[in-house]
Amino acid sequence: MDFFESLLDAWPQLWSGIQITLQLSLGGAALAFVIAVALGLSSISEIGVVRGVSRVLVEFFRGTSLVVQLFWLFFVLPQLGFRLESMAAGIVALGLNYGAYGAEVVRGSLNAVPKAQWEGTTALSMPWVTKMRRIIWPQAWALMLPGLNNLMVMLVKGTALALLIFLHDLTFVVDELRRTEGTYFAFGVGFALYYLISLGFSTVLRMLERRAQRKLGLAPTKAQTAQATAGAVA
Amino acid sequence: MGINWDWQDAAGVFPLLLEAFVTKTLVLTVVGSLIAAALGLVWAVALRELPTPVSKVLAWVLDVIRMTPLPLQAFFLYYVFVQLDVMTIAFIVLGVHYSTYMAESYRAGIESIRKGQWEAATALSLPKSRTWRAVIVPQALRATLPSLGNWAIAMFKDTPFLIVIGVAEMVTSAREYGGENFTYVEAFTIAGLIFLAASYPTAVLMRRLEKRLAY
Repeated sequence: MDFFESLLDAWPQLWSGIQITLQLSLGGAALAFVIAVALGLSSISEIGVVRGVSRVLVEFFRGTSLVVQLFWLFFVLPQLGFRLESMAAGIVALGLNYGAYGAEVVRGSLNAVPKAQWEGTTALSMPWVTKMRRIIWPQAWALMLPGLNNLMVMLVKGTALALLIFLHDLTFVVDELRRTEGTYFAFGVGFALYYLISLGFSTVLRMLERRAQRKLGLAPTKAQTAQATAGAVA
Repeated sequence: MGINWDWQDAAGVFPLLLEAFVTKTLVLTVVGSLIAAALGLVWAVALRELPTPVSKVLAWVLDVIRMTPLPLQAFFLYYVFVQLDVMTIAFIVLGVHYSTYMAESYRAGIESIRKGQWEAATALSLPKSRTWRAVIVPQALRATLPSLGNWAIAMFKDTPFLIVIGVAEMVTSAREYGGENFTYVEAFTIAGLIFLAASYPTAVLMRRLEKRLAY
């Protein structure tokens, strides 16, 4: 088969691109998650200053566009005397941008935990850590996973900007492949691979969601998150 | 930053950025959003009305579009439709990509309509097209509108993704100015602030709209 021979020939090249894309996705997601939880928790803090600072940071990194942030980290920071490697710049930009989106999802989910649950922890005078760890977080976690799932797929797609800071990611490799193997072959393989990568991450997060729901004794729900995600990424 | 910030460069690049912003970025957003909103509604209705096997295929195609990167899609159309100019390709890519997200929002809006509305339309033996046009869509739109607006804002911030096919939007201008004048600080900072100044108030507006339109 012609197609499989070409695919086999192109595989080493494709695999190196996939690795860059996966590194960016995983690194960006890890950073984004930490930022989302930190900013999400501080956005419901009882201390006004903490709330205010988190609000400003979230709106700033949501509003200034991923591409601008990426270019700022890669082209501007060196001029200010601080050089980041391409990979680091990519991971930090993805982490900040999607972390800020994620903070909105985390905040929304924490707020969606029924008020009686919060009041119950107060009535039992639970310390903050216990309250979060045992009561609030497990419920919020089940609520936030569908939103985080959508954001994860967006983050994977965002890694395709890496070629703008000279990383040889999957999109770059597909464009290279186009020259030797033709447009339809290269892009057909490219779309299939991105689809599989996104689907992989999405499936893992869906499993986590089911698990979180099972722990709460809830039946799995059909993810209904288009509205909430739209609110977070706007 | 005080040492590196040059007000002269800032003043030099600002008009260029503003021009690219108005003539390209905003145009891309408006046209892209209109295409996405129209196509999204078509997908949402088609997913409910088409026979199951066909609608399953459509749902899968929409999933593939939603789960693969905008820059890759832009590259693909750029090489397939060499005769089209990049702005047209950009309209198509933005419109089609975001239509898959908007279709989800429409679907949620349609599903939020109570069963009695459908039953009433049947009881009055309204034709299918009239049921959609006069009963379902107007009500669904109320629940969907803020979310459509939010996707439009998301699209707005994604317009620089089209840098890969050479659309001369604002960030492209910023990069060109920075490269020619050996200073990126002013150009990229101002570009970011323009994005923020446009998207933040609109996002706040959408939040208000959402509260007002909620039942």
